[in-house]
Amino acid sequence: MYDVYKTATDIIGMFRLADLAQILPQVGVGAEIEAKQSIDVWPLVKYSLIFLAGMGGLFGFVLAFAAKKFAIKVDPRVEQVNDLLAHAHCGACGYAGCEQYAEAVVNDPEVSATLCIPAGERAARKIAELTGKKADIKEKQIARIMCGGSLSRTVKRYTYEGVPDCRAAVLTGGGDKACIYGCLGYGTCSRVCPFEAITICEDGLPHIDPGKCTACGMCVSACPKNVIEILPASKAVVVACHSKDNAAYTRKRCTVGCMACGICEKICPFDAAAVTDNFSKIDPAKCRVCGLCVSKCPAGTIEDFIVRAKASINDSCIGCGLCVKICPVDAIGGEPKQKHAVDAAKCIGCGLCAAKCPVQAFDGVFNAEQVRAAKNKLKEAS
Amino acid sequence: MGSELTKLFELVISSSLVNNFVFTWFLGLCIFFGVSKKMETAIGMSVTFTAVILISSAMSWLVYNYLMIPLGIEFLMIIVFIGIVAGLVQGSDTIMRKVSPGLYHKLGIYLALISTNCIILAVPLMNVGNHYNFIESMAFALGSGLGFSLAMIIMASIREKIELSDVPGPFKGLPMAFIIAGMIALAFTGFSGLITL
Repeated sequence: MYDVYKTATDIIGMFRLADLAQILPQVGVGAEIEAKQSIDVWPLVKYSLIFLAGMGGLFGFVLAFAAKKFAIKVDPRVEQVNDLLAHAHCGACGYAGCEQYAEAVVNDPEVSATLCIPAGERAARKIAELTGKKADIKEKQIARIMCGGSLSRTVKRYTYEGVPDCRAAVLTGGGDKACIYGCLGYGTCSRVCPFEAITICEDGLPHIDPGKCTACGMCVSACPKNVIEILPASKAVVVACHSKDNAAYTRKRCTVGCMACGICEKICPFDAAAVTDNFSKIDPAKCRVCGLCVSKCPAGTIEDFIVRAKASINDSCIGCGLCVKICPVDAIGGEPKQKHAVDAAKCIGCGLCAAKCPVQAFDGVFNAEQVRAAKNKLKEAS
Repeated sequence: MGSELTKLFELVISSSLVNNFVFTWFLGLCIFFGVSKKMETAIGMSVTFTAVILISSAMSWLVYNYLMIPLGIEFLMIIVFIGIVAGLVQGSDTIMRKVSPGLYHKLGIYLALISTNCIILAVPLMNVGNHYNFIESMAFALGSGLGFSLAMIIMASIREKIELSDVPGPFKGLPMAFIIAGMIALAFTGFSGLITL
């Protein structure tokens, strides 16, 4: 009988400790917890509340005091500039990160407001406005691959089966491409690109998305073959080869390599192309993207990123004959003072005529709309 | 006195090696995996962590023994200790930003992470549970900080090497880090039995 009673009290002992303690003083829960005669709840709650409130108040007071005493003056413009930056932490500006550049551009009058290339022109203008600096806006630039040697056009020296990365491949005797200047196509550039602007095509060459590329230059420094160059985005005609080997060597290794024949040099109406070190290079300062060299290049080395269409002449033509003189392929004909006509078979869509025409009589060419907009702006300004 | 010092030394060794918080207790893993990618950040984190754990366990010990025991409100210790750590971290963040901006730029980012770390909370709680006196709890905190630093530095140096090696696709990144942590934990069982407290 006693056993049953003891078991029962053990079970309920936890719950009715205070009551049981009066009947059976010897019952305790054991271990280190002392059974108390009665638990007075009210002072416990009181002390807890006072203690917590006191501690909270103390911490609040100390923190508020610290915030006041140790406040640092931050130029609010730093925050504003920081918000405008691209936050890719690409390092194109030459600072460790975006915050550091924002600080430098606000505090140091020497630092230019246009260093954040990824953020673009609009951000540069706003930063210049915030910091009271001149915004010498740079032309939009883009990374270009100076190699057209895709897998189907080139020869390999050996089969590379190592880590699929250009920097690793280049350690094995300079890479598997027979042309030592050529793009290896293992996609190091696409992996370092902070904007995911570079994809490797099926044929093993990188493709740069002009909408995403911000010309930050990460790919340029990552490429072990120095194939990538940062060029003005508007100069969309590029000699996609930088092989310094002579013509015979280059041709053996790649069907689209520059043979340094000099045809582009001869036919360029603006002397923009020049052959040095066995390959041709287009000077972006002189080039007017007419694309004449693209159609004349015997190796097909020169790449044209412009979608071209044939020119046509509308009724505002006054027959001045300027277009006839400038057309590099003699595609325009017609009597003086009469409406001229374009020979569609000859026209290469270079757009020189549209740029030259005093009355904007040209339609259809890639730059017609641009020229019209620019001239309208000029008119409004005057 | 000699035995006192021995006890303190044993406490440091025990909490840093034998009962390493990361590899034996598996506490504080979020920071351990989050910040151990680079050696530089790992070292920054370790230094900040050791400093914060020393100060916070000292404050917790004082508050517990001189305020909470006399008032009889020991059951509130978890919430109070969390409050102490959070307040301390916030305070040191504010003060450090003003007093040494250089140090703040290096370590400031880790401070916010620390306030939610479980080792920081575990050490004051264990100090209470084991009835350590002030000096002993400081030794315990120092040992825990050193143990965490050791774990971070070992992990960071291994992960920097792993970055360069050809890990099979499904194991890249965090899974590999977990496997490595498991192996180091196995290695740390070698310390068990070194000291019995």
